[in-house]
Amino acid sequence: MQVTSQTFKSNAGAALRDAALQRALKNLKAGFPGKRAAAIAKLPEFDQLRAAGRDLKNHVLEHLDFYLERFEAKVIEQGGQVHWARDAAEARQIVLDICRSVAARRVTKGKSMISEEIGLNEFLEAHGIQPVETDLGEYIIQLRHEHPSHIIAPAIHLNRDQVADAFHAHHGPYGFTERNEEPRALMNEARQVLRQQFLSADVGITGANFCVAETGATVIVTNEGNGDLTQILPRVHIILASIEKMVPTLEDVGALLRLLTRSATGQEITVYTTFSSGPRRPEDLDGPEQFHVVLLDNGRSGMVGGEFQDMLRCIRCSACMNHCPVYGAIGGHAYGWVYPGPMGSVLTPQLIGIDAASQLPNASTFCGRCEEVCPMHIPLPKMMRHWREREFEQHLSPAGVRFGLSAWAFFAKRPKLYRIAAGFGAWLLRRLGGRKGRIKHLPLAGGWTAWRDLPAPQGQTFQQQWAAQRGARS
Amino acid sequence: MSETSSCSPKPRVGLFVTCLVDVFRPTVGFAAVKLLEDAGCAVEVPAAQTCCGQPAYNSGDRADARDLARRVIAAFEDFDYVVAPSGSCGGIIKRHYPPLFDGDPAWQARAERLSAKTYELVSFLTDVLGVERVIARYPDTVTYHDSCSGLRELGIKSQPRRLLATVADLDLREMAESEVCCGFGGAFCVKYPELSNRMVSEKAAHIQASEAGTLLAGDLGCLLNMAGKLQREGAAIRVRHIAEVLAGMADAPAIGEPDRGDAPCK
Ligand code: SF4
Repeated sequence: MQVTSQTFKSNAGAALRDAALQRALKNLKAGFPGKRAAAIAKLPEFDQLRAAGRDLKNHVLEHLDFYLERFEAKVIEQGGQVHWARDAAEARQIVLDICRSVAARRVTKGKSMISEEIGLNEFLEAHGIQPVETDLGEYIIQLRHEHPSHIIAPAIHLNRDQVADAFHAHHGPYGFTERNEEPRALMNEARQVLRQQFLSADVGITGANFCVAETGATVIVTNEGNGDLTQILPRVHIILASIEKMVPTLEDVGALLRLLTRSATGQEITVYTTFSSGPRRPEDLDGPEQFHVVLLDNGRSGMVGGEFQDMLRCIRCSACMNHCPVYGAIGGHAYGWVYPGPMGSVLTPQLIGIDAASQLPNASTFCGRCEEVCPMHIPLPKMMRHWREREFEQHLSPAGVRFGLSAWAFFAKRPKLYRIAAGFGAWLLRRLGGRKGRIKHLPLAGGWTAWRDLPAPQGQTFQQQWAAQRGARS
Repeated sequence: MSETSSCSPKPRVGLFVTCLVDVFRPTVGFAAVKLLEDAGCAVEVPAAQTCCGQPAYNSGDRADARDLARRVIAAFEDFDYVVAPSGSCGGIIKRHYPPLFDGDPAWQARAERLSAKTYELVSFLTDVLGVERVIARYPDTVTYHDSCSGLRELGIKSQPRRLLATVADLDLREMAESEVCCGFGGAFCVKYPELSNRMVSEKAAHIQASEAGTLLAGDLGCLLNMAGKLQREGAAIRVRHIAEVLAGMADAPAIGEPDRGDAPCK
């Protein structure tokens, strides 16, 4: 996937002018936040649960090596295999090798952001293997040759008519020649097309919401049931998981699930919560012959013990982006890589480098709504600020910003001079405001006055007036 | 509250004016002084203050942020309390100064002591001084925007509304999404003007839909942003800092309004 995070500003501008996208984003704002709030209102102990979830994940991160080894041992014990991938390239190669070992031609896929992170679909296609996304949203964007714009609702940027167009363009060969627009009919159409894919796939790939160290099980939550078909029907099941997905016990999964589903969709529990452990046993009715877990690091181990460690608590619920006024205005594609919204603004610079993603942690007002709703108490604004510090230290900030800052700091550190400058500034702006009391156009502040007036100062500064008044009194 | 203030020495309050109030809206500073003095405080305004350092801090320039923080600490640490008519600047001193000095225990201790006695104006009046009512009249319908830092870093939500309820002839009408950011964000509004514009446009729509005659908030940055947008759109809504209304000092022209010829503040 081509990274366009550094053109965030123009991406955002284009998104703001994209009428179809803006229509679709209205649904997001109207949907997720309200559902989350209603679900949480019904759970008085939500805040205790949050604190417990945070502590649990902190504990795991403190002992990550232990839980990873434990998990690996358990998977092997049950006849599965664990593959360690240091980076995206290794992970892709591991998946390709497994596919080739069974001469796979078609791969069905459940929803997985790790698959996006490692660019798996393009890679498999380039090697003659056809990946088929089976999550409805993922399927739609695959037809449109797009990437997800949201971590749990990948096609949230689309409207129904765009979906109808995509189906109409691709489903002819499956016997659907009429253009459907009715949601149920569209769903049905997708279901029938996908069913054929499920039955002919050689390998099924899913993600993992959690990896349970105690049992070696991986867990996914879905609402469509496609994940189950993806992992049960093909001969081989591959799970893509990043290393921070470890949780100690099954009970811990329960606690985190309660946080996850409420924060994500406002559900008490998703329609399907699927645990998979190992390949099919002799007494099992179904299941894959091979069970592979690919554990991806891709820079995460470097976050442990550093100022971005808290980010590894993320359970990918999407609450931060659902409540972010910036995400809500432009959607996910403007962020220019896999992970959008506040969590992406922290994670992306870590995964692809701050020099390729420095726009993202800057594009925030630090309004704090993301941290307020994050079920894992991740201090997202604080970590965005840390990225700005790295950017500043590495002299990556734009020259204009650096110059402006140092000029401002020069005065701010010299109170007497500052008072003179402030007095002059107030006087000048007041003059520019004229009788109207506001400025319609101000050179050097075009970003402001292009869209709004600048209220003019009242006259003298507070300090000038105060000195005159109190000085006269004493 | 008057009992304690009459028999013990008046609490000495250092007013942190904030750079925006200093330049753009001195009335807010004088309103803060009046509210604090009416509540029994001795108010001083250290001349050495400039800015809390937020522009540097939020731009990743830790060295300058620390330097400015040290100056604020030195200028204000002898007061009983430090009060700012801003949740944003108050929040920086209270929540962000201590961690700014990680690895520098001497300054961190001083930052923590300052943090412990620093407050945003309205919450200081209600939560520390126990002020329950103000003597003021404001014959208009008003709507109140919850500025982000005050709301989320300092827990300011009910305090301004409680005091506004005691202003004579004032009728509070809540807008939709009063807790959503107005899009100011300091440097954000000039670094990402289109995004900022979208956010303030939505805010302006909610403000207008409330049908209030006056918009109030506790942070001048947000107020300048919202006033500028409302006025560009030609909306006839007055915009003021809440301190002006609580102090009964709302006779100066509202933010961005033409001068009526009277002296802005005397
Ligand atoms: S950062 Fe928090 S709110 Fe955002 S996706 Fe992760 S867990 Fe959810």
